Amino acid sequence: MPVDPRNTAGPARGEAPARRVAVDPKGPVLVEGPVEIVLDDGTVARSDRFMVAVCTCRRSRTYPWCDTSHRPRVRATSTSEDKDPR
Amino acid sequence: MTSSATSATATAAGPRLVEPRGELSIAVTEALRSNGVPAYRPGAVRTADPWGEDLQLALYLLYELHYRGFDGVDDAREWDPELLRLRQAMEARFLHALRTELPDAPRSVTEAFAPLLVEPPDPVGSLSHHLERKGEFWQLREYAAMRSLYHLKEADPHAWVIPRLRGRAKAAMVAIEYDEFGAGRADRIHAQLFADLMEDLGLDPAYGHYLEHAPAPLLATVNLMSLFGLHRSHRGALVGHFACVEVTSSPGSRRLAKAMRRCGAGPAAEHFYDEHVEADAVHEQVVRHEVVGGLLADEPSLEADIVFGCAATIHLEDRLADHIGAAWAEGRSALRTPLEGP
Repeated sequence: MPVDPRNTAGPARGEAPARRVAVDPKGPVLVEGPVEIVLDDGTVARSDRFMVAVCTCRRSRTYPWCDTSHRPRVRATSTSEDKDPR
Repeated sequence: MTSSATSATATAAGPRLVEPRGELSIAVTEALRSNGVPAYRPGAVRTADPWGEDLQLALYLLYELHYRGFDGVDDAREWDPELLRLRQAMEARFLHALRTELPDAPRSVTEAFAPLLVEPPDPVGSLSHHLERKGEFWQLREYAAMRSLYHLKEADPHAWVIPRLRGRAKAAMVAIEYDEFGAGRADRIHAQLFADLMEDLGLDPAYGHYLEHAPAPLLATVNLMSLFGLHRSHRGALVGHFACVEVTSSPGSRRLAKAMRRCGAGPAAEHFYDEHVEADAVHEQVVRHEVVGGLLADEPSLEADIVFGCAATIHLEDRLADHIGAAWAEGRSALRTPLEGP
């Protein structure tokens, strides 16, 4: 079991608490909320969730928030098509 | 209906008992009505169809005693030894049927979740694909009426796992549940958002209102969560189930939000699924890395249980999709009795 960096010790005594960010290499950046994101056009998007998933692949339809659009696309198999009610 | 006067969380009396569907559900219903002992033949559970309407309803009724109970039924029946004995026998039958139908479950958590992390996931998600592309308004109403048996108590079965977890898994599970329960705001509790969706669709948002309409394949999906949630011995399976739901929810919710928009269902109906697109994109990360990862680090021997919980969830969702798909393909209602109204 590899060591999860999020499970290592917190800041050393005397340091100010830091905002912790986790990076999914193939997905979003996870930031502890609330978060405000300044967009290209200068507008600000805000999320008050305990954790916020920020899109990095730019495919999200709810940008700047992740909507799992980074997932690799595969062709539907015949099995799942068979189950599709028509 | 326009106001929140019929708020799902403000129902004074519990839901009503429904018409039984066979020997076991008659035994449970009569025992609850008469405040007596359930009466059934020896071997009645052993010979019952584990997927049938009768056993699934009987199990559902007994589980409901742990949530909101029933109008006119003594709250203390929740811990009645005779009812628990019957419940245990039916749970064993249900679990045995599940394990029999899942002989080739994946061996590792990585193997179990990998097929869910592509789009579209296979085999789950086919119903939301149908609803997105060509779902009709009456089908959206049937879908919501059925799902109301879970969504009006959304995240409740999973709260039972909290005292059985420690450290990372516990902290992350509670954080997700806090989000599910509205992050301190009653009007944002996901169950309340679903009640609002039901009003948009012209459905009755009273807790348990559509139990009468719900077919066995739907009851089985909710019974699975109650079964895993109520037993500490199934804590691994509960976590696997919860992770499976969160991982598949975001893309499925995006398709359902689109279906609601296309049918002009209304703002609350759209909002319920829009909220789940964003929330569950976060939850799936936290549940995989922290809840599943934390539990695996803490109790590595539970890996097979986590995998089983995930596989059982997909299997039951598949069975439900088959049931609904078969009915809708023939233009029939997927409910036991069709809905009234628009």
